[in-house]
Amino acid sequence: MSKSVVIKGGTIVNPDGQSRVDVRIENGKVVEVGANLSADVQLDASGCIVSSGFIDLHAHLREPGKEEAETIETGSRAGALGGYTALVAMPNTDPPQDSIAVIDFVREQGKRAGLVDVVPSGCITLGRLGETLAPMAELAQAGVTLFTDDGVGVQDASLMRRALEYAKGLGVTLAQHCEVAELTKGAVMNECQCCTDLGLPGWPSIAEELMVFRDIELVRITGASMHFLHLSTARSVELVRAAKRDGLSITAEVTPHHLSLTQELLSSYDSVYKVNPPLRSAEDIRALKVGLLDGTIDAIATDHAPHPRRDKEMSLDMAPPGMLGLETALGVVMAYGDLEIKDVVSLLSWNPARIAKIDADHGRPIAVGESANICVFDPDLAWSVDIERLASKSINTPYVGRTLRGRVRHTIFKGTPTVIDGQAQK
Amino acid sequence: MKHLRSIDELGVDGLVALLQLTDHMAEINQRPVPKVPALRGRTVASLFFEDSTRTRLSFETAAKRLSADTMTFNVSTSSVNKGESLRDTVATITDMGVDAFVVRHKSVGIPWQISQWTKASIINAGDGAHQHPTQALVDCYTIREATHTQRFDGMQITIVGDIKHSRVARSNIQAFSMLGAKVTLVAPPTLLPPDISHWPVQINHHLDDVIPSSDVLYMLRLQSERMSQGHVPTLREYSEQYGLTQKRVSRLKDSAIVMHPGPMNRGVEMQIDPSDVKNSLIHRQVANGVSVRMAVLFELLGTGSSLGGQA
Repeated sequence: MSKSVVIKGGTIVNPDGQSRVDVRIENGKVVEVGANLSADVQLDASGCIVSSGFIDLHAHLREPGKEEAETIETGSRAGALGGYTALVAMPNTDPPQDSIAVIDFVREQGKRAGLVDVVPSGCITLGRLGETLAPMAELAQAGVTLFTDDGVGVQDASLMRRALEYAKGLGVTLAQHCEVAELTKGAVMNECQCCTDLGLPGWPSIAEELMVFRDIELVRITGASMHFLHLSTARSVELVRAAKRDGLSITAEVTPHHLSLTQELLSSYDSVYKVNPPLRSAEDIRALKVGLLDGTIDAIATDHAPHPRRDKEMSLDMAPPGMLGLETALGVVMAYGDLEIKDVVSLLSWNPARIAKIDADHGRPIAVGESANICVFDPDLAWSVDIERLASKSINTPYVGRTLRGRVRHTIFKGTPTVIDGQAQK
Repeated sequence: MKHLRSIDELGVDGLVALLQLTDHMAEINQRPVPKVPALRGRTVASLFFEDSTRTRLSFETAAKRLSADTMTFNVSTSSVNKGESLRDTVATITDMGVDAFVVRHKSVGIPWQISQWTKASIINAGDGAHQHPTQALVDCYTIREATHTQRFDGMQITIVGDIKHSRVARSNIQAFSMLGAKVTLVAPPTLLPPDISHWPVQINHHLDDVIPSSDVLYMLRLQSERMSQGHVPTLREYSEQYGLTQKRVSRLKDSAIVMHPGPMNRGVEMQIDPSDVKNSLIHRQVANGVSVRMAVLFELLGTGSSLGGQA
């Protein structure tokens, strides 16, 4: 028998409303919601929001293959500290997640860490090479629901069409990293005036939008389900908005950094700002925010991409793209997103749980009988990143010295606190 | 002034001051023994990660004429090829005792990154397609010398060729504009950066339109790999549209100046031998390179009163 836990004095945020009640948890479930509850472990939540735990649709946990940057355990801990109870592990590992063996390994390492549900995604193509389909049926039988070649987009339109047709038969969703590779050769940053001044090869918006457009049309003719990863441009939002209006089975995500940081930061020559897709303009940020508010964009996903310091210390063109996200997502979204609390929870928890098809246990209302995957956060607390205290193995975060707002206080995973008062419990 | 990494960073006052200081250096270079003890005991390291003959030799000559010690970091034999990071390389050389690094690298921003890792001064000798400030100083000094003017107010300077990939163009556009010149860029749209509306320049895609009105015609080098990248269909077509031919030279003003940063692609952007151009300053550019780089080194490493005397 695990210890019973009570969350006291917080405000519950559910899809049907908010209320100030205590929550009692036993054996992994919410067993009581009401006033003046008690239990073995008491977690103070005064002034805090109590919501379902967050689900990240886009985490690079780097294991197997690049354990110098992150492991499933350290990434899980970073996730728990960020309020997450489930992480979709991106498949660009080495070896990639295109076989049962690797999928099982990732899932088992997740269980061993025991801090969040690690949900492995599968590759669309074998080896993420864009040449032949990965054994999607076999992987789907092993429980994979989301397939992506993330890091690259599937360039071959015919192959992508086949992948969508095949996925439709399996009832799984394909997630596309939209980037037409011919348009981004050697690219470092968004094509803009700043890029002109720096003499860097530009990463034009059209490289993303062309593939968004292509895939929308492929979804239209195949009837398959599609999720767009890390959209970054105003025109992409418009395209997805129109596709949803047409009733296509399409969802989309945006990252916290594409909501908060602009292209001009690259003129510091600091490769921490190099991401894929690149940071864009202030106008793009405005459009992404409108997309969040009107439901065009369904989820905020981190694209948590740890890299060892020596890799990020290279020149702008040589350094790998990507930045950390798990420990700062809430603080960035609350500080920069201009969103209501309910929207924040919806974008970080309820919607991504549905997209990852893990909504039997995640993204649930805080109610009796539901799985106790819960995040308790102080929505008003201002804080900034202390690089020494990051749980991630890497330190490539751009938010040092920037004020974030909203911080996770407790995280409860399957009824057990993984984070209490901002401290990881294991 | 601690570093010279971009023309922007130098500012208009810094630019004018360096050009004036270059006059002193040019005078030293006229002496029978062109050497002064100004930087005795100082060490200048050349850190060239990209092939360069003239810029590196120009800097090393400049350092020697000021009596600085020099060391050359040769990339092909260095530990960079053995996996040592740039940061480690810079730290190692710094530990040997270096006062200034002269850096050339194919990657944009390297001089700024290096300046976070060492206390030494950094001189940018070219970073990617970004900046090449000493070349711009050389070019300004050369125009100033030829036209006997301190400022370029009203002067029409035309820069022709591969602006998109040119650090010389980026530095020169800034420097020429700071001194008051009107700058026109001539190139096919594929060789211009995609968004250029904020630059203080005019754009023209037809060289013949601007030949008669140009006071300075600045030809850039076209690299042959631009063809395979689809920037120009063929070198022949490029040189027909944008190369300097005898016919174009004959349409220049009598007083017009022709410049090129080198190395020239004869038969491409230069369809004519520069010695056949009456007012070609291409050799003056090379000669002035040493004086300008002496001024830069002295400005960064010297002390005010140490210019006099002989070594």
